[in-house]
Order: sequence, then C-alpha cells, then structure tokens
Amino acid sequence: MGLLSRMSTVVKAKVHKLVERWEDPRETLEYSYQRQLELIQQVRRNMAEVVTAKKRLELQVIRLRETASRLEGQAREALRAGREDLAVAALQRKAELEGQAAGVEAQLKELENEQKKLEVAEARLRAKVEAFRAQKEVIKARYSAAEAQVRISEAATGLSEELADVGLALERAQEKTENLRARAAAIDELVASGVLEDRIQPAGTGDVERELARLRVSEQVQLELARLKREVGSA
Amino acid sequence: MIVRIATEGQYELGGEALARLDEADNALLEAVEAGDEEAFRRELGRVLELVRQLGRRLGDGELRESDLILPPPDMTLAEARQLLSGYPRDLLDR
Repeated sequence: MGLLSRMSTVVKAKVHKLVERWEDPRETLEYSYQRQLELIQQVRRNMAEVVTAKKRLELQVIRLRETASRLEGQAREALRAGREDLAVAALQRKAELEGQAAGVEAQLKELENEQKKLEVAEARLRAKVEAFRAQKEVIKARYSAAEAQVRISEAATGLSEELADVGLALERAQEKTENLRARAAAIDELVASGVLEDRIQPAGTGDVERELARLRVSEQVQLELARLKREVGSA
Repeated sequence: MIVRIATEGQYELGGEALARLDEADNALLEAVEAGDEEAFRRELGRVLELVRQLGRRLGDGELRESDLILPPPDMTLAEARQLLSGYPRDLLDR
C-alpha cells in the first residue's frame, strides 16, 4: 500500500513512542487523564477562537455585499451618463467582491464543521479514558498478572491512539482557524487601505466614484452654462 | 481488521475489504503523482466511504489498536505529498 500505509506508519510511530514510555498502567492512566484535560482545554480555547473568527467573517460578508450593491448603483449611474466603460469596470469589481464573499461564506461553513468534529472527538476521548480506567480494574481482577499485563498494554495502545487522534484533529482545527484569521485580517487591511472600496482602475479610466463626480460636476456646469446663455439671450 | 479514519474514528472491517482498499490506494497514489487535486479528493472520499459502509463503527468503550490508519477526510493534496516525501522510492513506485 502507498498513502494509506504511510499514514499508518507515521501515526503508529507516534503512538508507540508514547506507549513505550509507560511501564505501569497507572502511568498510562495518569498521563491520559492529564493529556485529556490539556486537550479539553485546548479544544475550548479553539472553540472560543472559532466564535471570534466567525463573527468577524460574518461582518465581512455583510460589508462585501454592501460594497457590491453600491458598485451596482454606480454602474447604473455610469450607464445613465453614457459611460459604459465605467459601468463595466464597476461590475467587474462587483463580481470580484461577490467572489470574495462566497469564499468567506464557504470558509465559515467549514469552520462550523470543524467545531462539531472537535466536540465529538472530545466526547469520545472522555469515554475512552473512562473505559480504560474501568477495564484496567476488570482485567486485573480476572486475569493472571502476566496475562493482565498484556491485555492492559493492548488497551493502553488503543487509548494512546485515541489521544494522538484527538491531538491531530485539534491541530487541524487550529490551522484552519489560523488561516481564517489571516484571511479576515487581509480583507480588513484591504478595506482599511481603501483598496477594496476604491480600487476600480482599469487602464486609463481612473476611479469610478471620482469619474462619476466629475461627470456630475460637468453636468452641473452644462446646466448652468445653458441657464446663463438663456439669460444673456433674453436680455 | 481495525481501520481508523484519522480525526473521525475506528471501524472493524472484514479481510475482503482489504483488497478493495488496496485498489483504491493505488488510485490515490496515481492522483498524488499526477498532482491532480480533484482526483485526489474524489479517490480519498471513495476510500473513506468504503470503510464507513463496509465497516462496523467501534463503540466509545472499545480500546483497540488500529491495523491501518487512513488520512483525515479533509487531507489536501499538498499534505499527502508532504506525507509521502522521504518515503523510499521503490515503495512509491510500487
């Protein structure tokens, strides 16, 4: 086998390194309890981070969509003024922002899934630590010392694998949260630098908002000019 | 045989499933070698679905070592490459 056996090798190496450290099942149990507590704390912390990241992303989606709809208004205005080039630029930018918003929404969904997975993993780990504690006693009561040693060590390996797996799930969730945070920060930065709102600059057309303002001014100038002309003419 | 899907849980599978897993594993390796992300996601999904459907999910009270540990469902092509890097060439080439 290729990828599948490779994954097994890597995880098993970690698990066996853990198990070899324990000679006594009491150590296994103690370590497992301790590790479980640590993991639960980390899971909680990660969940809090996920909640914060989610709120921030939800706000960003709203802001991206608002900006997109403002761009549509600008495109309409540009069309009315006969500036199709500007309208196209605004609509292009709008499509870009909508793409960003959709991307953020997809990430939000992924984050929610991650959170659910962590909750399940935490519950499973708790159940397994409990099962190990119970089984250890049963095995000791029921089997000879040598036999008990073997059975307990099998159970300890199973438990260690579970610990390693929850550790992995947590690592992956943290990585995803971190990615999301980085993405949120990048979008914030774009907004703060004005790039997100104003960066509609296809070659030569300049900024849509400014260009439209200039058009409005020139319209005003034309109107005033016409009025003045009439005044002068009637005098 | 006990198979774990990393970050998901363990399943007990009969021996006949092993041949099918082996087949799927070849397809996975091909996708990695071709650098085809879409094929990789599809094949990985197929392998995991196979295990979920053919296997019996181990209960929370069962403590058993896995014979095989499969990648997490959200593993990316880049992660698979990293996992395989440094793997002896002859094994990679099958």
